[in-house]
Amino acid sequence: MSYSPKIGVWLCECGGNIGDVVDTQKVMDEIKNQVQFVKRERYLCSKPSIDTIKEIIKNEKLERIVLACCTPKMHRETFLKNVIEEGINPAFLEIVNVREQCSWVHKKDPEGATLKSLDLIKGAISRIKESKELHTKQMHVTQEVLVIGGGVAGITTSLRLSEYGLKVHLIEKSPSIGGHMIQYPKVFPTLDCSQCILTPKMASIAQSSNINLKTYSEVKEVTGSPGNFNVKIWVKPRGVDVEKCIGCGECSRVCPVEAPSEYDERIGKRKAAYIPFPQSVPSVYTIDFDNCVRCGLCAANCPREAIDLNDEGKIEELNVGAIVLATGFELFDLTNLVNYGYGRYPNVITSLEMERILDVNGPTGSQLIVPKTGRQVKSVVYVLCAGSRDTEVGQPYCSRVCCLYSMKQAQLLRDRGVDVWINYIDIRSPGRRYEEFYRLTQEKGVNFVKGKVTEIEPNGEQVLVRSEEMMLNKMMENVVDLVVLSPPIISSEDTAKLSEMLKVPIDEDKFVLEKHPKLDPVATKRDGVFAAGAVIGPKDIQSTTAEAEGAAMKVVNFLGMARIIEANKAYLARNELCDGCGKCKKICPESAITIVEDKPVFNEITCSGCGACIPECPQNALDQEGLTDIQIQTQIKGILNDTKAPLKIIAFVEKEVVYTAIDLAGLARLSYASSIRIIPMPSLARIKLEHILYAFSYGADGVMMLEAPIHEGPYGNAHKISEERAEEYKWALEDYEIDSSRLWYSRVYVPDWRKLERIFNTFHEMVESEDPIEGNQRGKILKNLLKIKD
Amino acid sequence: MSSENSGQILKINAENKEFKEKIQDLSGEKIDLCFQCGACSSGCPMVQEMDYLPSKIIRMSQLGLKEVLSSKTIWVCTTCFNCEVRCPRGIDIANVMEAIRQVVLRQKFDKVNIDMLTPEELRELPQIAIVSNLRKLTA
Ligand SMILES: Cc1cc2nc3c(=O)[nH]c(=O)nc-3n(C[C@H](O)[C@H](O)[C@H](O)COP(=O)(O)OP(=O)(O)OC[C@H]3O[C@@H](n4cnc5c(N)ncnc54)[C@H](O)[C@@H]3O)c2cc1C
Ligand code: SF4
Ligand code: SF4
Ligand code: SF4
Repeated sequence: MSYSPKIGVWLCECGGNIGDVVDTQKVMDEIKNQVQFVKRERYLCSKPSIDTIKEIIKNEKLERIVLACCTPKMHRETFLKNVIEEGINPAFLEIVNVREQCSWVHKKDPEGATLKSLDLIKGAISRIKESKELHTKQMHVTQEVLVIGGGVAGITTSLRLSEYGLKVHLIEKSPSIGGHMIQYPKVFPTLDCSQCILTPKMASIAQSSNINLKTYSEVKEVTGSPGNFNVKIWVKPRGVDVEKCIGCGECSRVCPVEAPSEYDERIGKRKAAYIPFPQSVPSVYTIDFDNCVRCGLCAANCPREAIDLNDEGKIEELNVGAIVLATGFELFDLTNLVNYGYGRYPNVITSLEMERILDVNGPTGSQLIVPKTGRQVKSVVYVLCAGSRDTEVGQPYCSRVCCLYSMKQAQLLRDRGVDVWINYIDIRSPGRRYEEFYRLTQEKGVNFVKGKVTEIEPNGEQVLVRSEEMMLNKMMENVVDLVVLSPPIISSEDTAKLSEMLKVPIDEDKFVLEKHPKLDPVATKRDGVFAAGAVIGPKDIQSTTAEAEGAAMKVVNFLGMARIIEANKAYLARNELCDGCGKCKKICPESAITIVEDKPVFNEITCSGCGACIPECPQNALDQEGLTDIQIQTQIKGILNDTKAPLKIIAFVEKEVVYTAIDLAGLARLSYASSIRIIPMPSLARIKLEHILYAFSYGADGVMMLEAPIHEGPYGNAHKISEERAEEYKWALEDYEIDSSRLWYSRVYVPDWRKLERIFNTFHEMVESEDPIEGNQRGKILKNLLKIKD
Repeated sequence: MSSENSGQILKINAENKEFKEKIQDLSGEKIDLCFQCGACSSGCPMVQEMDYLPSKIIRMSQLGLKEVLSSKTIWVCTTCFNCEVRCPRGIDIANVMEAIRQVVLRQKFDKVNIDMLTPEELRELPQIAIVSNLRKLTA
C-alpha cells in the first residue's frame, strides 16, 4: 500500500482493571513505531479523556483511530459520535477489547494477557489500514402503504398510519369494511356495543384524506421489492359508481331479487342491489351480479345515474413501500363433522349465526327463535372445541376466543331468561379481565359441564345432546331447543394465495408465519411485509388491536430506516469474474439477491450483511462493505505476525450472541488460555476457507468458529449455513496436511458463557498436545493461497 | 361417586332446577360459582368417612341431583369450615351441607329414637347426626 494513513492508538487502563494485568507500557513501546501517535489514559471513557482524543485528532491530523479498552458494546457509540465530530469516518474507528477478552480472563497470566493485547491491537492496526470510507446511502422508498383487509386490524393500522401522515391504500374484498367485529352485537370482556365502538373508526377511514379506500377489491399481483412494491388491484364489478352513489337506497327498494345476506350469515335476506348493513363504509350500494336479473329497475330509479349494469371492473396499479396483511380469519366448515348434524338439523347453528340472532337488528328481529323453524328458544347447549384441539378431523390448535365469546353469548341469553349449558374440555380464560368474565358468567347461572359433546340427535322439535359429566363420572343427556357450535377459527384460502404472491411463508396451520414468534410477532419473514390480527392466528380484538398498532409502528420504522442504509452490505466487487451462476442468490437467507442480466443485484434494504453469499461465489466475485476479504486477511496477519506467544488460536465468533457470551465470561472473571484471539463476524457464514488457511499460514495453531444458534441475533437466518461449510473446511484442511481437529466448530448461546472457559481450554490443550505445524508447511499453504489469488 | 351409580345417565329437567334453587336459597350460597377445583375436598378432615366428596356434593347440587339427600356426607360433615376457608370462589360449603340437611330434616320423618341408642352407637355416630336428631322436629 503506497498511501499510509495517520493512525492514533489509545490504551485504556480502566483504573486498574486493565492496567493491573496488561503491561500497557510494554504494549505502547511495541507499537509506537507502527503508528503516528500512542497514548495511555486512566479512564478513556471519561469526559476529559474524550476531549483529549478530540483535541489530539485535530492537532496531529489523525485519520484513523484504534482504541484498546473495554468491550465495544460498552462505549463504542460514545466514542464513535465523538470521533465523527472530528471528521473521522465511522469505518476508521476500531475498538480492541482488552478488558473482557484480556485482563479479566487472563489475570493469572499477565504476560500472556500483554502479548495478546499487543497482538489484537496489531491486528486492528493492519486492518484499519485497509479500511475504506463507508457512506450511508439514500434508497428510494415509496412512502405509501398497502393494507389488505378492512377488519378491525386493517382499520386500526390504516388509521394510525394516516394519522402519521402516510398515504394508505386500504383494500377490502367485501362491499364494506368492518370485518367480523361489525357482526357482533356485544363484545367480551366488557360487553360493550361492538358496533358503537367500531363505527366511528370506520367513519374516520371514510373521511381521512390520506386513506384511499378500495372496497369490493382484491390484490391480483405484487411485484418489485421491499420499499418499492408494484401492486395490481382488481376492483370487482360493483355496478355502482362509488363516487356518484349517495347511499339513498332507491335501487334496493325497487330491486325485485332477494338473496341471502352474507352479513347476517345467510339467515336473513338482502336485495341484489344492496348495502350489507346500514352503517356500511363506504355508504355505497352494490349490485350482486351473481343474482341480478338485469331488469334495469335500479338503474332507472337511481337519482344520481350511478348504476352501470355493464360494469366489468377494472385493474388499478399502485406503488407502495410496505404492505400490511390483515385478512383475518374464516370459520371451519362444520358440515365436515357429520356427527354434529350441522346443515341437517335446523336447531344446530354456529356461533357466528348466534351473534346475528342476538343482534337487536338481526335477521330474527331480536326474537330468540330457531331461524329455520321459528320455534322459541328457551334452552341452549354450547359445544366448545367443535373441531378445535382435534388432530384427527378438525384443527389441532386452540381457537382462543370460543370459550369467551360463548360465555358472552351465554350471558346475553341468561339476561333474557334462557337456560344455558356450556360443554367444555377446558375453560380457557387467560387475558386481562377474562377470568372475571368467566366468574360473572357463572354468577349469572350458566351451567358448565366438563365433557365434550360429540353426539347430537333430533328429539321432536328439540335436540338431544349427549356428553359425559366428567365431574360425576356419569353420562348426561340434555334435551334443548338449540345447539350452538364453536367452529375452529381458520386461515382463509385468500391468505394462502396472498402469502404466495407476497412470498411470505405460512405455518403448518396456514396462518402467516411471524418473523420471530416472540420477539418480532408482527413482522413476516419478508422485509417490508407486516401482518396483524387473526391472519397470524386466532385471537381476540384486544390483541388484534395491539398488533395493528404495532404493525403501524413497524411500517413507519421500515419506511424511515430504509432511507438510510448502514453500509455493511454484500456487493459484486469483481464484476468481470461473475459468470451469473446464481449460487449467491440461492444461498442468501434473506432473499436479497436477484439475478438481472446474468449478474446479481443486491437489495440493500433486505441484505442483512450476514455475508453468507460471499464464500458461496465460486468465482470470488463478491465482497462486503466494511468487512472486505482483505480486511479480514490483514487483521489475521496483523495479529499473528511477529507474535511472541507460544501458541496461537484464532477464534472467529458471531458478533452479537457469542460475543456477548464472551463478554459475560469476562465479567465473571472466568479464566481461559491466553492463546485465544477473537475476531468478530456477523455470521460464521462469512468465513471463507481462504481465511482459515491464511490463519494457519500466518502462524495459527488452531482456528475456532463459534456460531450463534440458528435464528438468533440479527444474522440468525444465516447461522445454519456455517455448520455445513465448517465440515467442508475440515476436509479441505486435510488436503494441506493439517489435522481437521485443528478447526473447531460449535454453537454458543448467551447462557452458555460459563461453558466458554471449558471450550477454550479444551481446544487449547488439544492443540497444544499436537506436534507443531512446520514452518515450511505453513509456507506451502501461503504460496498456494497466493497462487489462487493471482 | 359410589360405584353402583356410575354409568347412570343424567337427565336434567325442571325438577332439578327447582331443587338446585332450593339449596341455593336455603344456604344463601352462590353454588354456580363452583368450578370444581377440589380444594374443599382436599382440606376436609372427614373425607375418609364420606360417600361423596364435598366438591361432588356441590357439583350434584349445581345439577339439582336429589341423591345428595341420601348421602352420608352431609351427616359426617363436622361443620369445621375448613372447606369454606379453602374455597377460592368464596363458597361456604358447610352452609350448603347444612341446607341439604335442612331439606332432609324438614321432611320430619322419625327413624331414630335417641333414647334407644346404645352407648356404643352414640360413640360411633357423627356428632352432626346426633345433634340433627335432636333438631329434627324444630328445623
Ligand atoms: C363468533 C365470534 C365471536 C367473537 N366475539 C369476540 C368478542 O366478543 N370479543 C373479542 O375480543 N373478540 C371476539 N371474536 C374474535 C374477533 O372476531 C377477532 O379478534 C377479530 O375479528 C380479528 O380481526 P381481524 O381484522 O384480524 O380479522 P377479520 O375480522 O376477519 O377481518 C378481516 C377482513 O379482511 C377482509 N379480507 C379477507 N380476505 C381479503 C382479501 N383477500 N382481500 C381483501 N380483503 C380481505 C375480510 O373481508 C374482513 O373484512 C369473536 C370471534 C368469533 C368467531
Ligand atoms: S378457546 Fe376454548 S372452546 Fe375454543 S378451542 Fe380453545 S379451549 Fe376450545
Ligand atoms: S447472503 Fe447475507 S450478505 Fe449476502 S446478500 Fe444475503 S443477506 Fe446480504
Ligand atoms: S373449593 Fe369451592 S370452587 Fe373448589 S370445588 Fe369446593 S366448592 Fe367448588
